[in-house]
Amino acid sequence: MSAHGQHANDSTGEVFGLLAEFETPEQITRAACAVHDAGYKLWDCHTPFPVHGLDKAMGVKPTILPVLVFFGGLTGVTLGFLMQWFTNASSLKAWFFGMVRGYEYMISGKPMMSLPAWIPVMFETTVLFSAIAAVALMLVFNGLPRLYHPVFKSKRFARATDDRFFVVIEARDPNFDRSTTHTLLETLNPTSIEALEA
Amino acid sequence: MSVRGITVDGETLGALAPRIFRVAGIVGATGLVLSILISAVFGAWDRLLFSYLTAFIFVLTISLGALWFTLVQHMTRAGWSVVLRRVSEAIAANLTWLAIAFAPIAILVMLGQGEMLYHWADASLFDAGSEHFDEVLTKKRVFFNPGFWTLRAVFYFAVWGATARMLFGHSVAQDASGDLAHTHHMQKFSPICMALYALTQTLAVVDWVMSLEPHWFSTMYGVYFFAASLCGFISILCVTVWLLQRSGRLRGVVTREHYQDAGKILFGFGIVFWAYIAFSQYMLIWYANIPEETGWYITRQIGSWRAVSALLLFGHFCVPFLLLISRHPKRAKGALALVAGWLLMMHYVDMYWLVMPRIPADLLASAETYRGFLDAVRESGNDLGFHPHILDLTCLLGLGGVAVALTARRLRDCALIPTQDPRLGESIAFENV
Repeated sequence: MSAHGQHANDSTGEVFGLLAEFETPEQITRAACAVHDAGYKLWDCHTPFPVHGLDKAMGVKPTILPVLVFFGGLTGVTLGFLMQWFTNASSLKAWFFGMVRGYEYMISGKPMMSLPAWIPVMFETTVLFSAIAAVALMLVFNGLPRLYHPVFKSKRFARATDDRFFVVIEARDPNFDRSTTHTLLETLNPTSIEALEA
Repeated sequence: MSVRGITVDGETLGALAPRIFRVAGIVGATGLVLSILISAVFGAWDRLLFSYLTAFIFVLTISLGALWFTLVQHMTRAGWSVVLRRVSEAIAANLTWLAIAFAPIAILVMLGQGEMLYHWADASLFDAGSEHFDEVLTKKRVFFNPGFWTLRAVFYFAVWGATARMLFGHSVAQDASGDLAHTHHMQKFSPICMALYALTQTLAVVDWVMSLEPHWFSTMYGVYFFAASLCGFISILCVTVWLLQRSGRLRGVVTREHYQDAGKILFGFGIVFWAYIAFSQYMLIWYANIPEETGWYITRQIGSWRAVSALLLFGHFCVPFLLLISRHPKRAKGALALVAGWLLMMHYVDMYWLVMPRIPADLLASAETYRGFLDAVRESGNDLGFHPHILDLTCLLGLGGVAVALTARRLRDCALIPTQDPRLGESIAFENV
């Protein structure tokens, strides 16, 4: 890996994209603005810590995850209710990996539909479904866990977890052109620019 | 001092302080005088006590919420909240004069006239020869007797008054000197103050509100009030800061980021945790179904009280829950202030709902079934529903007016934010990720 990385700059073959290195949060925020304004879509920033205002500079749209989590919770509260109603307050038959039948349980003289007693379970299923929806959909949206990424070929990129800030513009982007993109990045005064092997 | 291009010049209420003091002071004094006049003319002294206690608990819980909020910021060395802390400190400092507001009730109890308000203060309950003799309450007499009860009240106010004065005093002194020692002092003493707060807050509401119905008990009562206090205080904080910004103050200092965080606390504690505790208390009593416990809830389900209970369920939980669950309304200043204003009203309804309903103990004791009890209530001609009274309003305006006036006066000579706090810059620059 390292041997290839050393010569990545000289590569004339297929590239994954261009990697530009910056030294300060201010620089990368300005760079993000410029790349966004140039109309690129398939690009990303890598920073050692959350940089305030970077999402805005990159033009990242707000995630719809919270809305989906809300519906996850709604599903949980409904299923929690239906489960208890079916098992404790109905005598319906249903298939659930075999035929099962609800049983009308009389518990300490309470009504069959004992909502107050069911609420703790409904609360828990709400939390469970919301949490599962949040974690699972987060992984779907961000594509994690991802064990390999072309930026790992760059030796400089190791400093993304320490003290450097990186912009990567992917070659798949319709606006990507090796020389014009390179020129754009150069105008932003990066410490270095690298072409990443595909 | 300048932070991110914003000059923090220590702006004050300025000319607004005497105006608020005058208007709120007149409203407060008029309310209190009217309350006494109306009671004297219509002989409604009984009702006055309950209306006054409701208004007192309303103002008290808001100030207690402010005290908790201020303490927890120091305990956690919080940065984000510094710009909101002065308002919180000033509201908490009301706990000093609230001791005087409580004095009439304490004097009444000490004079042996407390049974107008507190059933346990009736001495004939403990006389074995009397027809009022109550064996259960005799066992509780060691705790509920005028002397010990008053002594405890003195202790609560001493703790709250000292804590609130310490926090407000050191904070204002730091504005002048810029000495970091003030911050260290407040951080050092906050944990012990917080422990005392938990103890005194719980015991105080047991003494002053739960003991209105001395047979009934709930171990969740203190926590319920803690959640309710925060609802009251954060609501008033949001409304106050919004009004201050409308008047041109705190511009650029308090941002939508602070609104969002205040909104999170309001949502988490004032709405969800309140409902969680209220429901936990209800469910255990509903499930066990023991008459000595259920009586308290039955009283709140009879007649028009049922509608008030439903109003709390939907108005204090369901509707505000849906309104504030998203981040957007929490970040929209006006929207948050609007919901907070609504919740402040709901907090008053909550306190009213806790203090006002009375259990017809004799009817409840002789009834075989719930239906039989309801029939007996109807036949007795006892109307147990919710009955608003003009004294409720005059007492609320009275104590509320005095509270606003004294808070404004306290803020007359000091800045609206702690200008020399070491975390002020961090607070102004604060952003939610």
